[in-house]
Amino acid sequence: MGSKPRLMGYRRENGTMGIRNHVIILPLDDLSNAAAEAVAKVIPGTMALPHAFGRLQFGDDLQLTFDTLIGTGVNANVAAVVVIGIEPKWTQRVADGIAATGKPVAAFSIEGKGDLQVIQEASRVAAMFLQDASGLEREETEMGEMIMSIKCGESDTTSGLGSCPTTSQAVDRWVEAGGSVFFGETSELTGGEHLIAERCIDAPTRDLFQLTYDNYIKVIEATGANLLGSQPTQGNIAGGLTTIEEKALGNIAKTGSVPVIGVLKPAQAPDPKKKGLYFMDSSSAAAECVTLMAAGGAVIHLFPTGQGNVIGNPIIPVLKLTANIKTAKSMTEHMDLDVSGLLRYEYDLTKAGDMMMEVIYKTINGRLCTAEVMGHREFTFTKLYISA
Amino acid sequence: MAITPPQFLLHHDGDNVAVAMTDLQPGILQGRSVKEGTESSAVLNHAIPLGHKFALADLSEGDAIIKYGIKVGLASAAIKKGDYIHTHNMRSYRWEASRA
Repeated sequence: MGSKPRLMGYRRENGTMGIRNHVIILPLDDLSNAAAEAVAKVIPGTMALPHAFGRLQFGDDLQLTFDTLIGTGVNANVAAVVVIGIEPKWTQRVADGIAATGKPVAAFSIEGKGDLQVIQEASRVAAMFLQDASGLEREETEMGEMIMSIKCGESDTTSGLGSCPTTSQAVDRWVEAGGSVFFGETSELTGGEHLIAERCIDAPTRDLFQLTYDNYIKVIEATGANLLGSQPTQGNIAGGLTTIEEKALGNIAKTGSVPVIGVLKPAQAPDPKKKGLYFMDSSSAAAECVTLMAAGGAVIHLFPTGQGNVIGNPIIPVLKLTANIKTAKSMTEHMDLDVSGLLRYEYDLTKAGDMMMEVIYKTINGRLCTAEVMGHREFTFTKLYISA
Repeated sequence: MAITPPQFLLHHDGDNVAVAMTDLQPGILQGRSVKEGTESSAVLNHAIPLGHKFALADLSEGDAIIKYGIKVGLASAAIKKGDYIHTHNMRSYRWEASRA
């Protein structure tokens, strides 16, 4: 294994460690996307995070939207946040949730002012935040100070043979170094959920995992729908995967061999004192899942793919690896690591793990991943049910 | 590790299904198991693309299809050793409604 470089990150006010230094313009709701995007145009270098929801949600579904917005702002890859909403009350609620970490945050609401005045006021603050963020310096860090997340997509049979076992290597090394890792994709454990249950560290964790899994699957099974083409997806099927059980075992092949130490709700941040592998209840849809994991505090994501998913995230680098030689050759602009040589026996899994870690170290230290270069900034909320 | 690239891989010895490592034509193929490293040959009856599966044993309708040493579905039709396996002759046993 090549020598590990010094890892350098951004220390935030609450002690967390980030690997990017974004100033984000965060709309509370769909109506505020236009103003948020305008601010990001006026102050290039800031980034707007438009999304489709935030109005007339209620109960647990509304709470998840708040948790997703606040978690995104709190994420250690974010230096400062401008929140813009149509009404003042919920806008302030999100801003206060972020400000609790000590991070610079400002809130603006549009009713009674209009977009133009808000854009002017918010742009002044965004300009100041951006200049301040640019003055922050990286300091030395270790993997133990950071959370990595994993989720695969457009998987095929090469995923379970190559890219997922390679990801497993990184998961085990990250946890052994004292860090935390999130995995999720609740429905995509079907047929192998007993393997995860067996790896839960104690009975309460196992019971909570099983309850979480059962509740999610009940919703799916209650529809009585034929899921072929949805889960597995058309791309999975084109890649040779036939059933959810077959797909699930490939998915699970990326979760390493370490115990599962906790079960998180969607977008929930873990206890920072308890480090290890966490299961996060989540959709298996790529953008939804990565958005929730970033809101839970992940600062880097590993994304094994077979047929070639192109996903990114606005605030965290999403590293894509494939063991499918056709995908590695035809979609080079989306792939960060080609491990197809593993399936040709050109090198072993330990070596593939070394190759993965090398890409991870470079990304931590600031090298852009393909999704960042290609401008993939999928920011997608999970809806639990209809709005009022 | 100077090993000839295998034409197919199975996850575990004892799996009754193998995965094509390139676009394959019918014939006798050389492959290996990932977990144990056992080399083996197998017959393929149909042309199949990279990543798709074929049977390593004769299967009757309702028989378990084993991959990773675990049941990953059921034969939804009779399958001969060497036959292409996909949604036309294999289905989920957990999600009964999910059928081609």
